[in-house]
Amino acid sequence: MEQPYAIEMLNITKRFPGIIANDNITLQLRKGEIHALLGENGAGKSTLMSVLFGLYQPEEGIIKKYGKQVNIKDPNDANALGIGMVHQHFKLVECFTVLDNIIMGVEPCKFGFLRKDEARKKVLELSEKYGLKVDPDALVEDITVGMQQRTEILKMLYRENEILIFDEPTAVLTPQEIDELMQIMKGLAAEGKSILFISHKLNEIMSVADRCTVLRKGKYIGTVNIADTTKEELSRMMVGRDVEFTVHKDAAKPGEPVLHVENLCVASKTHKHDAVHNVSFDVREGEIVCIAGIDGNGQTELVYGLTGLEPVKSGKVVFKDENITSAPIRRRSVMGMSHIPEDRHKHGLVLDYSLEDNLVLQRYFEPEFVNKAGFLKRGAIRQYATRLIEQFDVRSGQGSVTTARSMSGGNQQKAIIAREMDKETSLLIAVQPTRGLDVGAIEYIHKQIVAQRDKGKAVLLVSLELDEVMALSDRILVMYEGEIVGELDPKTTSVQELGLYMAGAKREEVKK
Amino acid sequence: MNQEKVKTPLLRRSGFQSLIASLLCIIIGLLIGYIVLLIINPAGAGEAITTIIKNFFTYNKPKTQLKYLGSTLVKTAPLIMCSLSVLFAYKAGLFNIGVAGQYVVGAGASLYFALGLGMPWYVCLIAAIIAGALLGAISGLLKALCNVNEVISCIMLNWISLYLVNILLTPVKEPTSPYTFVLSSANPDAVLPSMGLDSLFNNNQYVTIAIPLSILVAVLVWVVLEKTKLGYELKATGFNKNAAKYCGMKEKKNLVLTMAISGGLAGMGAALLFLTGFEQWSCTQSAVPATGFNGISAAFLGGLNPIGAIFSSFFIQHITVGGAYVDKTMYSAQISDLISSLIIYLCGFVFFFKYALNKRLDQRDEKKAALKAADTEEGGENK
Repeated sequence: MEQPYAIEMLNITKRFPGIIANDNITLQLRKGEIHALLGENGAGKSTLMSVLFGLYQPEEGIIKKYGKQVNIKDPNDANALGIGMVHQHFKLVECFTVLDNIIMGVEPCKFGFLRKDEARKKVLELSEKYGLKVDPDALVEDITVGMQQRTEILKMLYRENEILIFDEPTAVLTPQEIDELMQIMKGLAAEGKSILFISHKLNEIMSVADRCTVLRKGKYIGTVNIADTTKEELSRMMVGRDVEFTVHKDAAKPGEPVLHVENLCVASKTHKHDAVHNVSFDVREGEIVCIAGIDGNGQTELVYGLTGLEPVKSGKVVFKDENITSAPIRRRSVMGMSHIPEDRHKHGLVLDYSLEDNLVLQRYFEPEFVNKAGFLKRGAIRQYATRLIEQFDVRSGQGSVTTARSMSGGNQQKAIIAREMDKETSLLIAVQPTRGLDVGAIEYIHKQIVAQRDKGKAVLLVSLELDEVMALSDRILVMYEGEIVGELDPKTTSVQELGLYMAGAKREEVKK
Repeated sequence: MNQEKVKTPLLRRSGFQSLIASLLCIIIGLLIGYIVLLIINPAGAGEAITTIIKNFFTYNKPKTQLKYLGSTLVKTAPLIMCSLSVLFAYKAGLFNIGVAGQYVVGAGASLYFALGLGMPWYVCLIAAIIAGALLGAISGLLKALCNVNEVISCIMLNWISLYLVNILLTPVKEPTSPYTFVLSSANPDAVLPSMGLDSLFNNNQYVTIAIPLSILVAVLVWVVLEKTKLGYELKATGFNKNAAKYCGMKEKKNLVLTMAISGGLAGMGAALLFLTGFEQWSCTQSAVPATGFNGISAAFLGGLNPIGAIFSSFFIQHITVGGAYVDKTMYSAQISDLISSLIIYLCGFVFFFKYALNKRLDQRDEKKAALKAADTEEGGENK
């Protein structure tokens, strides 16, 4: 405590109509440390950061920088104080180059003309110094998520920010990219930058952070030294109870094949090669088949092909003995294919619709919810939604009439899961179902997926998280560059072996 | 509706907010109009703006007033239809700026069927709906199949339809003027029946079933959007077309259908005016009639609500007609158009005002909550 803190937020209280988002929260960030901010969805992490960033004004509490009280009225003040943030959803202009994005807003000019060469030099220096590999001339829409994130980090460094906030930075990254990011963060801290790392992934916090502040339901629970704590303790602080990290499941009892995929090829939208090339596999009743792989190796396109969101180039998809290769989406859905989409905002929900309207999105056309004249049965919809909300514990401000947009990410996902699991289904395709969710929600969703399997349903799980793959799957198929390069048994394989397949260093001829 | 009332305060209710915002737009529009009049000629400004607002009330006799109220209503009916057309497409995420062109082909079809083919009014009405729907469907198809932005294709089609209709109607125009034959003498069967409504407005012969019909359609549009499966699908597509595709809605079919319905509404609007005989088509006109474009303003002024559209259309028509009474010795003839278009222009700002209002309310609520909380839990500070 001798040296003043880089940033102190003391006794911050922020109320919204109906809830106290931050209740007397104190956060002290030392210079040169990596300080994790841990909490479930809705614990108040985002609100606290918005206060620090000047987006909200707290009702109580003060913010100090190096011991001196400061007043942050808007993000410009925050920038002037050297506070920078990498948002969970990147704020980049897709059709601009990396360099343009980095200098946007602080372009070096002379007589109104841009001086990009100067900026480029500075960016390259920074990128070298901190090991942030980017191609300054690539368009943002063409680069990987990892490089987009490095661009965001460079944006902060270019502005000479010294307090860096990372808002759930690993949610979108592959295991390798996560390792890389951790190294970058450590490097930044060693250079004297102070880092606030918002996360709910305990492994990452344990591996990279120096100290950790835990919030739960808007309240300050405590700050601990990472060296003196354990994963179990942190999770207890975060959730308020003991959390099971392992998924309990019995051995699979696979039955008849439900989904049969034969030599499937799906064209890519971004390049000339096939995004999915000659993929064949079966998914049987009562088993969880997991597609593992690094993001961007054709998993998304494979699912699009299976669910009908994109046309298939060649090959065959057979679902319950019916060739559905070119069947419309509605046909597949009615036949019993459920799909938990990768992007819940893009595909999964109509955010401006109420929760109840979202819950019937796959069933609104059934006679239960619409009469012969085409009028919706509002009463029946309300009743159905109320049942699902209760059964799946979907929490929201105003129950079934809440706008989906105003719900937390975890509850939005729960709503989708409720909708997809409750309908008559024999195949569940779940793509990154726990992406961006907290421990409690992940535990719940894993249990639901296993329960589906135990009911005799076929489950195809696409996941980027190795822990999830190892915990849930009965069989693992590894995708690399659009092909299936290996079929592994989670009981006999290791994360390391899996990683080798994922990186394309190892492949086997999959038996035809 | 009543349940909602209990839950949310009046100021927070979306409908009420739209109403306030619309009224605000109207007031500011009138104010700016007044300032413009002041700049042009300070002497007559006060009188001119009151004349615009008064419209038919300028006449002293109640009977005459009633007659001219009737005339305003006659022109309101097509405007209601055009604003319904715009808002229907807008709910499904499409900006149907082709409403003007669909209105034009509606006029062309109804007049050609009436004057050229001698058909009765209901056939003409249906022909206008079909013509408008077809034109709308073209823009819809272009968007669905070739991903052509509907705004672009609509604007092009507006002009194409204007000149096509001019050509189509030339054979049925008066030999000595550019105007089409007078409907009531050329084909009385094609005039919309008035069912006694004309006598309510001091025997204004142009008052017909067009007016109740347009209101009925507004209610119908509301029902379709809010209560039916089709409305659910269209709005879902408008909000998030990816999600609509994901859950198996035929988004391309819906797109074409939306544009066809939207176009049909606009086409019907034209028939509801031209089949009263109130106006004749001028076969030499080189500008797309303003009614279609005014429909865009009316839709937004009405808060994109079909029922709101009825009132906003009436208001816009009211000041447009009122503008015609402005003293032409003090102002040039275009002044009426200028003032009404100024006000109509301001009408587009409804959503901006609504947003501003909500922001103010949020701030107020936050402060209130803070005060309340500070009162109740004093001394909650502990470190």
